[in-house]
Amino acid sequence: MKFIEEYRNSELIGKLAGAITKNASGKYNFMEVCGGHTAAIRRFGLPSLLPHGINLISGPGCPVCVTSVDFIDRLVSYSRLPGTIIATFGDLLRIPGSKSSLEQERSSGADVRTVFSGFDALQLAVSEPRKTVIFPGIGFETTAPGTAVVIKQAAGMKLQNFLVISAHKIMPPAMEVVAGDGVKLDGFICPGHVAAITGSDVYRFLPERYGIGCVVSGFEPLDLLQSVLMLVNQKNSGNPSVEIQYSRAVTPGGNKKAQKQLFEVFEPCDAIWRGFGTISGSGLKIRESFRSIDAETRIPLDLKTTAENTSCICGEILRGLKIPSDCRLFRNVCTPDNPVGACMVSAEGSCNTFFRYS
Amino acid sequence: MNKVITLNHGSGGRQSHDLIDGLFADRFRMDKPLTDSAVLPGEGFVLAFTTDSYVVDPLFFPGGNIGKLAVCGTVNDLAVSGAVPLYLSATFIIEEGFGFHELEMIVDTMAEEADRAGVRIVTGDTKVVGRGKCDKLFITTSGTGFLSSESAHISSGKKVRPGDNIIVSGSLGNHAIAVLGARNNLGFSSPVESDCACLNHMIRDVLDSGADIHFMRDLTRGGLASVLYELETITGYGMNIKEKSVPVDEPVKGLCEVMGFDPLYLANEGKILIVSEENDSQKIINILRSDISGKNSSVIGEISNIKNGNIILETAGGGRRIMDLPSGVQLPRIC
Repeated sequence: MKFIEEYRNSELIGKLAGAITKNASGKYNFMEVCGGHTAAIRRFGLPSLLPHGINLISGPGCPVCVTSVDFIDRLVSYSRLPGTIIATFGDLLRIPGSKSSLEQERSSGADVRTVFSGFDALQLAVSEPRKTVIFPGIGFETTAPGTAVVIKQAAGMKLQNFLVISAHKIMPPAMEVVAGDGVKLDGFICPGHVAAITGSDVYRFLPERYGIGCVVSGFEPLDLLQSVLMLVNQKNSGNPSVEIQYSRAVTPGGNKKAQKQLFEVFEPCDAIWRGFGTISGSGLKIRESFRSIDAETRIPLDLKTTAENTSCICGEILRGLKIPSDCRLFRNVCTPDNPVGACMVSAEGSCNTFFRYS
Repeated sequence: MNKVITLNHGSGGRQSHDLIDGLFADRFRMDKPLTDSAVLPGEGFVLAFTTDSYVVDPLFFPGGNIGKLAVCGTVNDLAVSGAVPLYLSATFIIEEGFGFHELEMIVDTMAEEADRAGVRIVTGDTKVVGRGKCDKLFITTSGTGFLSSESAHISSGKKVRPGDNIIVSGSLGNHAIAVLGARNNLGFSSPVESDCACLNHMIRDVLDSGADIHFMRDLTRGGLASVLYELETITGYGMNIKEKSVPVDEPVKGLCEVMGFDPLYLANEGKILIVSEENDSQKIINILRSDISGKNSSVIGEISNIKNGNIILETAGGGRRIMDLPSGVQLPRIC
């Protein structure tokens, strides 16, 4: 298939793997931040091609995995309100809240529907004028501009029955937590899709302040192997910097138009990350000027924030301190069918991908 | 949380297996392993008996409709057990208000498909329920046929040995993608048609060739991954699969990339998996390829000599990883 097969060419993959083996000496800890990278690395079996000294650690970049128990509890409460439709990406259905999940609520009669974009949710609100449609905005800088555009459209249409609850987050603050967290990292494989929006310059603080090299990577096997090679070379040269491997999509400055949309609708706020706790300035909340679309303003909930399962080590996994098989719940209690932690829910979650592919 | 049935229990993945094995097969004291058809030895004959329900949404999709599925699915379940399908029953659960013309079209398709397969629909039942009590139309078909005692082992996988070749009869994922494309809420239309077809004549040609067939299954719900997992469970042998050799049509590949699906886990309605002696595999491929439904058939791997081994997928790029049973719903109500 054009533009895909080329990036999966086995001969070139072999050559790149060979170059990595030749250049690598000693141990390297690289963290792929994005869940899409984690899934691709496992799906294409890339660890089997790398020398033993190279350790790929999965980071906090699966938006489903870092969604807090508190946020799910809010969605569950909304789904129980009469005349309400929760229109959500499918991945959110199975994330456990403190007592229930959207999937459980749907089986008990709540109107929870899967959509593929915020626009689908908006369409649903137009076609169901007697119902209130709530769309959970989830994801990083990649998906937030899309939600922003939908919010602006809904506001323009003066639609009364379309609301958004935002769990959108931004990536750099979480990477800063990881960088200062005691994991010895030799490099970040930075999220390509996030950087297509933000630009690669947002990662410059990592080499400058923490001495950790960064390569913004694409999602195909050749992209990822090339990024690993670039990080190995950076580490060997002792000169960490921000490089772009995914140059067919990413520039240093990013997509200004999307950034403008994003910040017109959202403003930074503190946000709870599952396993991390609250990270200052890492969330995106809907600005005052669009409060008519904000579910939390229109339908305030009085919920106590509940604690997460203390046996689950999702947080340490997301921070790169542990791997899924270190968890005593992994495979025994926590499985893709019965996920305890959010890393087991999403197809991009570390525990889920470990479960399926290793 | 109170345990309730969720859509995942009908997905053909891990939860479906747990429900069927842990509740139905257990309480009904069914013989294991559970196979596409029950194979029942009698005095001087072996009977195959099977049943399946169809709840596909939408009822009409490129390449077929619910009626075609209902006949082909049951015929194929009998055929892959080594049987000659003979008689089918058909039960209709119809929602009040359903169009008579649509029902007629569906029934005509069933009659045509049964003629083509050489089976007769000889009994059935009709129930009509109030509006909203079922979604338009559900169909259940049961089927029966005879098989020779030499074929009785096929569904059990008893003869599977290390070194055996694993063959699939054609491109994977077309049915799932065709049904998905026919749902108007996904915002794409695709040129992909369902592979839905009765395969009993093609399978008969393979069996009559004298090729030594060690195992056969149709690749329906849960796709290739699900059947390989089942084979691993009943034989205890691991497998080596080459992703490069697994046939997938270009449009299906493309849509899977966009939607985040893996064709190895997608449902088919006209594809089978055969395990045979290595020496016989070319002969089998030649027979399959002479049939329109088998024109893209291919050897995709082999049974490994590791007991309690895993299903190892050699990815197209040369990496290696484990292939596991799908979990949860990839796509609800596609059959």
